[in-house]
Amino acid sequence: MKYVDVTQVQKRMNGRILKNNSFKVLFLLATIFGLIVLGVLIAQVLTDGLSWINWDFISGKLSTDANRAGIMGAILGTFWVMVVVAPVTLIIGIGSAIYLELYAKKGRVQSFIQTNIANLAGVPSIVYGILGLTIFVRALDFGNIVLAGGLTLSLLVLPIVIVAAQEAIRSVPQHLSEASYGMGATKWQTIKNIILPAALPGILTGAILALSRAIGETAPLTVIGIPALLIPFPGGIFDKFTALPMQIYYWTLDSSLVEEYANLAAATIVVLLLLLFILNSTAIIIRNKFQQRY
Amino acid sequence: MSVSIAKGNTNVKIDTTVMQPTAVNSDKKVVFDTKDLNLWYGDTHALKDINLPIYEKEVTAIIGPSGCGKSTYLKTLNRMVELVPSVRTSGVITYNGREILSKSFKVEELRTRVGMVFQKPNPFPKSIYDNIAYGPKIHGIRNKKIIDEIVEKSLRGAYIWDEVKDRLKENAYGLSGGQQQRLCIARTLAIEPDVILMDEPTSALDPKSTHKIEDLIQELKQDYSIVIVTHNMQQAARISDRTAFFLNGEVVEYDHTDTIFTNPSDMRTEDYISGRFG
Ligand SMILES: Nc1ncnc2c1ncn2[C@@H]1O[C@H](COP(=O)(O)OP(=O)(O)O)[C@@H](O)[C@H]1O
Ligand SMILES: [Mg+2]
Repeated sequence: MKYVDVTQVQKRMNGRILKNNSFKVLFLLATIFGLIVLGVLIAQVLTDGLSWINWDFISGKLSTDANRAGIMGAILGTFWVMVVVAPVTLIIGIGSAIYLELYAKKGRVQSFIQTNIANLAGVPSIVYGILGLTIFVRALDFGNIVLAGGLTLSLLVLPIVIVAAQEAIRSVPQHLSEASYGMGATKWQTIKNIILPAALPGILTGAILALSRAIGETAPLTVIGIPALLIPFPGGIFDKFTALPMQIYYWTLDSSLVEEYANLAAATIVVLLLLLFILNSTAIIIRNKFQQRY
Repeated sequence: MSVSIAKGNTNVKIDTTVMQPTAVNSDKKVVFDTKDLNLWYGDTHALKDINLPIYEKEVTAIIGPSGCGKSTYLKTLNRMVELVPSVRTSGVITYNGREILSKSFKVEELRTRVGMVFQKPNPFPKSIYDNIAYGPKIHGIRNKKIIDEIVEKSLRGAYIWDEVKDRLKENAYGLSGGQQQRLCIARTLAIEPDVILMDEPTSALDPKSTHKIEDLIQELKQDYSIVIVTHNMQQAARISDRTAFFLNGEVVEYDHTDTIFTNPSDMRTEDYISGRFG
């Protein structure tokens, strides 16, 4: 006697196929829902803001007069913040990841640190703002300059960079480092010549995604007291600044006073989205280009 | 019962009642001498009282069923086992008379003298040239002309020069599996070792590539001492001068390959080579 009875199988076939198809539809609907919400959001922002975007708006100074206001100050502020965040997170992030993956003895201490890094990635961003306010703005007395904002945002995204770099390092196959050790290379030679080059695309992808998270953050910057006042363009990391998300935040707040501010906020959102889009695409391009094939 | 065997300049007592390596007489020089080696992975006792002399410019094959400790023994000879944190060893291994398991013998130096070829071809994701140049570079050779020479000499030594000489700058991953394995052998030759350890180097290859590598091993033994782990009994019989049969972490029998395959003294060896288990 056969256990898989053909008539039984046939009887159940329709039910199985129905179930199969219903789940397909369910998942499709879930995706469509997400896409629709996203589409509505973007459409809204574009209708409100697109007609306000022109060169004068991009390159202009901040102004209380909606028709003359520009966002160059915020763009430069965001740029200088990136100049701080990128090297700080890359150096500290890669360093910690190398230590945790390749040097730290696997044990209680290591797994304690590991758990906490994962937890830090989930801490609300406003908490980092408070930390930044306490340490950089007040204790170190930087004031609300680019450096203070950049370091605060670095703290915020550091866990993301560390975890991404750890994963990239872990995904370098063991047989490559074995080959290197097998020829008498030291640990550092193996890390520098074999492991890091192979892990670099993954690390960069993670770092760029973290950077795009950092430049979209508002809460920590409000906490450390970043204004959207009529300040001069920042020329370096020691200047006072404002940033794109701050600009959006204040204009939205004040849109009850001046109606056009809502359009200015929308136009700024378009610019910020474009920037994020470019950053994320770069990450994807890097990932695809160096798609690892061992 | 206990017999004394003269090998080169050393005398080792071997207790034949526990089926330790049987008489292996030779006036050849011993490169590696292993005495009472035990190895544990945590609580797993992977190598038990290994006594095994390895002779210069010979091919020594290590055979035995899966999990009997062949790879572990091979990796002890260049201390690659130390990459596993739970490993503990006892006993003595000497390389040209120097004790290698002590911390005072730097692993980097040992691995420059004792090269290794792995089971799965593992070239670096770099160009063919850079794969070979890697070893000389990490050992401090900077002169481009010297590195060029080493690259050519090593690739010729592994009989792959003619196949790759026009594409040295291409990625090594474009080579076939067999070519990759010969590239890995060439990469090992580039550090100019005395001994080459090979862990089932042909198990991932097709018969034709396997044949090429076996020929290459025959050539290499003119200049190098080779220790090869193999799953393939015919291969051991074809290419090795001596064969050690491992079982459950012990050396059951060690002798000239002819003797092992035609007239083994242990029942278990006979069972294994005639395919009755493993
Ligand atoms: N990294 C490791 N950690 C723990 N046990 C190991 C490790 N590598 C090998 N072993 C154990 O040691 C024994 C010998 O393994 P191995 O030397 O790989 O055998 P072989 O190469 O003969 O197949 C096996 O029981 C295996 O499970
Ligand atoms: Mg093995």
